[in-house]
This record gives sequence, structure tokens and C-alpha cells, in this order.
Amino acid sequence: MFRRLITLTAGVSLALTALTACGGSDSGSGSGDTITLGFSQVGAESGWRTANTKSIQDSAKKAGIELKFSDAQQKQENQIAAIRSFIKQKVDVIGFSPVVVTGWDAVLKEAKAANIPVVLTDRAVDSDPSLYVTFLGSDFVEEGRKAGQWLVDRHKDGSDPVNIVQLEGTVGSAPAIDRKKGFEEAIGTNPNLKVIASQSGDFTRAKGKEVMQALLKAHKDIDVLFAHNDDMGLGAMQAIEEAGLKPGEDIEIVTIDAVKDGMQALADGKFNFIVECSPLLGDQLMDVAKKIDAGGSVDKRIVTVETVFDQAAAKEALPTRQY
Amino acid sequence: MNRAAALTRHTLFWPVTVWVVLLLANVAFTPGFLSLRIREGHLYGSLIDILLFGAPLILVALGMTVVIATGGIDLSVGATVAISGALACHLIAGGHGLIVALPVAIGASLLLGLWNGLLVTRLGIQPIIATLILMVAGRGIAQLITGGQIITVDSDAYKMIGGGYWLGLPFSILLVAAALAVTLLLTRRTALGLLLEAVGGNAEASRLVGIRSSGLIVLAYMFCGLCAGIAGLMISSNTLSADGNQAGLWIELDAILAVVLGGTALTGGRFALSGTVVGALIIQTLDTTIYTAGIPPRMTLVFSAAVVTVVCLLQSPAFRAKVRRRPPAAPVPSAAEQEATA
Repeated sequence: MFRRLITLTAGVSLALTALTACGGSDSGSGSGDTITLGFSQVGAESGWRTANTKSIQDSAKKAGIELKFSDAQQKQENQIAAIRSFIKQKVDVIGFSPVVVTGWDAVLKEAKAANIPVVLTDRAVDSDPSLYVTFLGSDFVEEGRKAGQWLVDRHKDGSDPVNIVQLEGTVGSAPAIDRKKGFEEAIGTNPNLKVIASQSGDFTRAKGKEVMQALLKAHKDIDVLFAHNDDMGLGAMQAIEEAGLKPGEDIEIVTIDAVKDGMQALADGKFNFIVECSPLLGDQLMDVAKKIDAGGSVDKRIVTVETVFDQAAAKEALPTRQY
Repeated sequence: MNRAAALTRHTLFWPVTVWVVLLLANVAFTPGFLSLRIREGHLYGSLIDILLFGAPLILVALGMTVVIATGGIDLSVGATVAISGALACHLIAGGHGLIVALPVAIGASLLLGLWNGLLVTRLGIQPIIATLILMVAGRGIAQLITGGQIITVDSDAYKMIGGGYWLGLPFSILLVAAALAVTLLLTRRTALGLLLEAVGGNAEASRLVGIRSSGLIVLAYMFCGLCAGIAGLMISSNTLSADGNQAGLWIELDAILAVVLGGTALTGGRFALSGTVVGALIIQTLDTTIYTAGIPPRMTLVFSAAVVTVVCLLQSPAFRAKVRRRPPAAPVPSAAEQEATA
């Protein structure tokens, strides 16, 4: 009984997917000159990801590219199934944001055999680079470097030591490792800039606050806080306020991401600098798809167009911020 | 000598000793660790931080102790934490007052507890599986409420629950003290504690002597849900935001650990509420120690595991007996042998 129910549900959802796919194709002319892009998204686990999805959908519409969109709900098997169905439907380009790093060889080979180019977005895989055309996404090391460089420039004339505490992301995650590496590389050029404590805040506000509260008691002379994302910075900002200090003045705060709440803090003068980690890679993805379809060549690694914000830039950008 | 031996046999002796040693170790690293001062009308210092950030864990662990006493376990407390915080923040952000938000969040937590209790008693599903369902599904529900985003609210009254101060102390720890007092009163001054232990010792036998064991078990899960719900309010109120994805993540494991460190066996039956409180304090102090002593993030898990192992070994009567027998046995092996043969 239960098994039959599952089969039924699966059947219905398949039919629904087919229906939505049909709905999507109405917008295209159906002739050979429209490019069809099959895109498999990781899921919808955060505001960042939702903005990422919206950017891809909007850019496809704007560029006149027919988009077949599929949400993998954080499961690799869903993603592999989606890519296989794209191959069957003979789309022109396949794009996907891999859930995990490993286990893509088989399905990527199938795409290659069917002569369909594959573009990775936002996250990398460990497969042979010849199996995909390009990887489009942020460069986390560069993000860390930009954050460090801002500090180096800001304190280049000072002779006093600058004590920095660092809130790292989840231990072992790529953004945490790379941002730390880039940051420490950049500040290494100035011996006055010193990281006096570095702890993991798991990318969350609650942990960021808890860790900062403890660090404020262990170290009396913190000048700068560098957090690997806005959320930890926001939690730490509350801890700094509760310790009777002024975030942005007594302790400078530098973070990465530029989500709305972080930008608000920056505009309010409580943050000092944010390096953007942008989910809005839709336009770049469509450009790449067009180029590949026209037979042109693209770079193996394309870095998302990202900017940095200081307090004035944040005030300007805030009203039109999408995520 | 005898009195000292009796002291070391007390259930609270080893957990408290470890906690005190941890605190003293912190003083060695950070000289001002134990110092307290008054700042902006309330006490300020690392000890207060431990209480403030430990409060939700203590509360969840209290509920967990009662469930474990009945021979069960509740893996869904982390999900309940997320749901309750998400509901409260969603309602507050939607313009409702605390009058609406708090009862709805707490009511929902009680319902989730009721659901667990009914799965365990009416359908006879093993507690670890029954609560696993909600552990997985609950986070999805929380995500649904928050729409996958972090909800930020701005309410000074809401901030009071998990981040405010009253009479110079964190309001959350006063809430926890009240919850502990009520629970102690109900389980130690009435027959309720005895009945719970009876159900945990042998549910079938206690049913046969006339205890309504299934009713008691449902009650225990509802109490656990309530504790987790209030803890969820504290966690989300402390940062004035609800994070459906991360709030209370893995708190069920910390809570179970706190219960075990406090000297309650997972097999059910006898339970130690004050032991659980000390267990939770050990875990929170350990976290604070890691931050203040500057232990590298990649080593924190190993460090925690080492301390926890030591506490568990100290708690184990078999291990203590082995250690105690060895020193006197070494100089005079013959005496021990004689004793053994006699």
C-alpha cells in the first residue's frame, strides 16, 4: 500500500514537472535559434540561494534564453536525475550548482558523450576539468584578500599595533579556509596588523555573538573584527554593543557577503567595510551560455563580478538591494 | 576518612569537581576570568556569560532528563527550538505583540511534545525513531515559517527573554532557576518523581500495579517540548533573529550529553536534575574555555571530547574501583592476594 502510494506521488510529481516544462517552452519560439539552458539548483537553503535562483531566472528571461529549471532540494541524486533528463531533452547548455564536490564523473561523461557543454556555477567539483566547459563563481581567497587589503590601506600610516580578532566560518568549509588564507596573506605585508585570536563562529549570528562575548573578556585591546560572513559580524556587533563599546568606532568591523542586514549595519555606521560575495551571477551565466552556443571559447574559470562596500556606498546601494 | 569517601560517592561530586577544575583552569589562562563587576546596572563577567548562553541548554537538558527517566529519548528538541523561535519572530515581525507571539510559540511546542508522546505510547514506536521524525521534519517546518530567510525583529520586550537582565542577573537564568525549582518540587516533594522512575524502570510492571504509564510518558514528552520551546525563544531573543536552518542545531546531542554527565543513566529510572544542570554548565564552560584560551578551531572537537571522556570515566564506578585498587596493591601485592583468596 505504502509503496503504491509513493509510486503514485512520484508519478504525479513527474507529470507536474512535465507540465511546468511545457509551460516554460511556450515562451520560446520552439525554433532552432533559441538557446535552451537546463539548470539544476542546489535548493533554497538561504536568502543568498533564493537571490541566486531569482537572478538566473530573471537573466534568462531578459536574454531570451529558454530556461528549464530544476530544484535538487540538497540531494545529489535529484541533481543527477535532473541532468540526465536535460540530456534526454537535448538542451543546448547544462548549468548546475553542485550539492557536493565528488561523484559527478559518470553523469558528466554522459553529457560529454551527448555533446552538451556543462557550466558549473558557485561551487566546484573534483572531476577532470575536461568534463566541463567552465566554472563560474566567487573566488573566496580573493574575497579574504580584499578584506585584508582594506585594513592594510587604512592603517598604512599608523605605527601602533592593530589587534585583529577573526571569526571563522564552519571548520573545514571552503569559504572558511580560503577567506582566512586570503586575509592573512594580505595583512602579512604590514607587521603592525596582528590576528590575536581566531575562533569559529559557524557562520551563524548566535555563535558569532557567543564567541565575541568571550573574546571581549579575554582580550582587552581589540581594534578590528574580521568575520567570514555578515551574520557572524551581526551577532558580534551585538556583543560589542552589550560590552558598552561602539561597533564601527571602538572596534572596526570588516565582513564578507553583503546581505541586506549587513548592508543596513554598514549604512548605520556599525560596520566599516563589506566585501561582496554576490549571488547575482545570472547575467554572466547567460553570456557564457550564448558564447558557448555560438561556438566561441570561454575561460576555464570565470570569477563572479563582485564589488566592495564602504559606509557611503552602502547607503547608496541599500534601497535597491535584492537580497 | 569515611565522610570523605561518602562525599566522593555522591552523584554530584565528580561533575561539580570537573566544573570547578575547568573554571580554575580558565583563571590560569585568563586571570580575570572569575571577576564580576557591575556594568549598566547588571553583573558583568565571564561567569555571567556562561549562565546567559548556557541557559537554553540547561532548560532543554532538564526536559531531556525527565524523558530519559521514563526510558525514552527526545531527538526533536533542536527542531522544536527552531520552530518556536521562528514562530515567535514571524508573528512579531508581522506586527503582533508578545501577547500573541509567546503563547502561540509555546502552544506549538507543547503540541510537538504531545505528537512525540502519542507516537511513543499509542503507536508503540521506539522513542529514538519517533522523535527522529520530528527532528528531520521540524527543521523543514521552521524553514517554511521563516521562508528560508533569517527573520530579524526589533523588540525590546522580546529581547528581555534571552538577552535581558533583571535584578542584576540574566533574565534567562532566572527563568531557568524557576523552571528547575518547579520541576524539583513536583518530582521530589510529590509522588510524581517516584512514578516517573517506576515507569522508566519497568513500564509494563508499573502499569500492572496501577500507574497510568502512558499518560505519564506523554506528559514527559510535552514537558520536554515546553522546555525546548522556551529555550528556542531565549536563543532567538538573544540575537533578535530567527534562523530556521541553524537555531538549536545539534542541541539535542549536547542536552543528552549534559544528562549523562550529570549522572542519569540512559536506561531510564533514577534521574538527577541538579546533576543535569551541572552537566550543562560543564558543556557551556568548555565552549567558553575554548574561545578565551584560544584553542585553534580545528582542535576544539578533540579538546571537548577529551574533557568529556575524563568526566565519563570519573563517573564510572568500575573505572574508579580499578584506579583506587591499584595504588595500595602495588607495594604489598601479597596482602591483596590474601584478601582475594580469603
